Amino acid sequence: MKNKIIQALGFSLITLSVIITLIFLVGIIYLIISKGISVISWEFLTSVPRKGMTAGGVAPAIVGTFYLTVGAVLFALPLGLACAVYLNEYSPKGFIVNIIRMSINNLAGVPSVVFGLFGLAVFVKFLGFGVSILSGSLTLGILILPAIISASQEALMAVPQSIREASLALGATQWQTIRKAVIPAAIPGIMTGVILSIGRAAGETAPILFTAATFYKRGYPTSIFSEVMALPYHIYALMTEGTKPDLQTPIAYGCALILLVIVLLVSAVAIILRNKYRSAYVH
Amino acid sequence: MSTENNVRIKAENVHFYYGDKMAIKDMSMNFYDEKVTAFIGPSGCGKSTFIRMLNKMNDLVPHTRAEGSIHFDGENILEKGVDVVKIRRKVGMVFQKPNPFPKTIFQNISYGLEVNGEKNKKVIAQAVEESLVRAALWNEVKDRLHDNALRLSGGQQQRLCIARCLAVAPDVILFDEPCASLDPISTNKIEELILDLKKNYTIVIVTHNMQQAARVSDYTAFMYLGELIEFNSTDKMFTVPREKKTEEYLSGKFG
Repeated sequence: MKNKIIQALGFSLITLSVIITLIFLVGIIYLIISKGISVISWEFLTSVPRKGMTAGGVAPAIVGTFYLTVGAVLFALPLGLACAVYLNEYSPKGFIVNIIRMSINNLAGVPSVVFGLFGLAVFVKFLGFGVSILSGSLTLGILILPAIISASQEALMAVPQSIREASLALGATQWQTIRKAVIPAAIPGIMTGVILSIGRAAGETAPILFTAATFYKRGYPTSIFSEVMALPYHIYALMTEGTKPDLQTPIAYGCALILLVIVLLVSAVAIILRNKYRSAYVH
Repeated sequence: MSTENNVRIKAENVHFYYGDKMAIKDMSMNFYDEKVTAFIGPSGCGKSTFIRMLNKMNDLVPHTRAEGSIHFDGENILEKGVDVVKIRRKVGMVFQKPNPFPKTIFQNISYGLEVNGEKNKKVIAQAVEESLVRAALWNEVKDRLHDNALRLSGGQQQRLCIARCLAVAPDVILFDEPCASLDPISTNKIEELILDLKKNYTIVIVTHNMQQAARVSDYTAFMYLGELIEFNSTDKMFTVPREKKTEEYLSGKFG
């Protein structure tokens, strides 16, 4: 009898936890939609800001966030995948690899503003890329690198040894085996890492604060060396600067809503790609 | 039937170690052209370890060491610096569990040709068909070559793995308990296939199933605790075994 009561209590508690979590989640979505939907219009999505950010659209910020995110993934995916292949397929197992692995995991715990400072020092100043899409993409890329590496590593580890053996037994070199048999089988898992990283890269403010973002820019970026507007930074600026908060706040919520939708859309594409590969690999 | 047997692989005084543990002790035996050689013996006796030495698959396991010599194609393949890719191309392997790539049926077979440098699409397509025909799978899959290989049944997958192996034109084919995960009908098909393939290849098969060894092999090697206890023609081994241990194993006293 006592055990049954404890069980009932336990299940109630975990159910309650789920409900609390859902309340926050639904609350965030409700708040953003209810406060932001009023400003969303075709003009808002496609035109440039006017009257000191209190009117017009946020198209340059949408474009900027898109460029920065795509740039970050283009930089971090090949690099991260290569690292994961090195650590999982190629390196001799042992002390040094464990140290490298630990360092990468620790990199994931570094506060994002620190990445921002690093990007400022290295990309903006030392390499002379200036405040630009390039600097911002590289900084965001480093930020998402640990997530991409660990997701790729797990995906590679999940590829059964029998696939490697099958390939080697046919006279394939280790390199051919990795490139033509192992990585294709690991793609669904790698894509999961990319999906999570897209959300992270698109939403981060601190890393682009000093490296890429500007509060206001006339027109659209013309090259990877242009500075850009970006949605997260635009939200931050609207809420902390300016003199007309009653006009600026709804625009900030509108930006937040767009940011959410962009992340959902890009993730959806990644999920579709992942499922396409996964259906090819029923395991 | 000719009584002259050509030795294809000659193993002499072969030892193999996992770390400090000796897994194979002083094995010497020959493998003949156009013959099936079966390995029998209880689990863990070293059968699989030994045949994996023949295509250098044990190289993938860290902290292992081999001694002695295995002569194949004019060289001792246990020596350091041998071209493992070349050896594996000539000594194909079919594994215990069917392990097709998560690719189409066609791609599973073209894979081996492509990694070995074949680029001509016509040659590849022809080799795919020939291999599937020889592996007795063509009629079942010819209308769905571009379906995922993992949708095939277990027995079909194993025949696909055999076809994949045939496509790279090896001299020797190693079967490591190829029917361990298959039903009796699929097993029967694989056995027929082995009997057919031995006309052109040197075949080595590890099996848990003594009847299977008796059905498909010309020679049988009985291993126990890492040692070759007896190696003889299958007829003799199963009718008048020389060693007491062999007789005990064949009569089911242990194993």
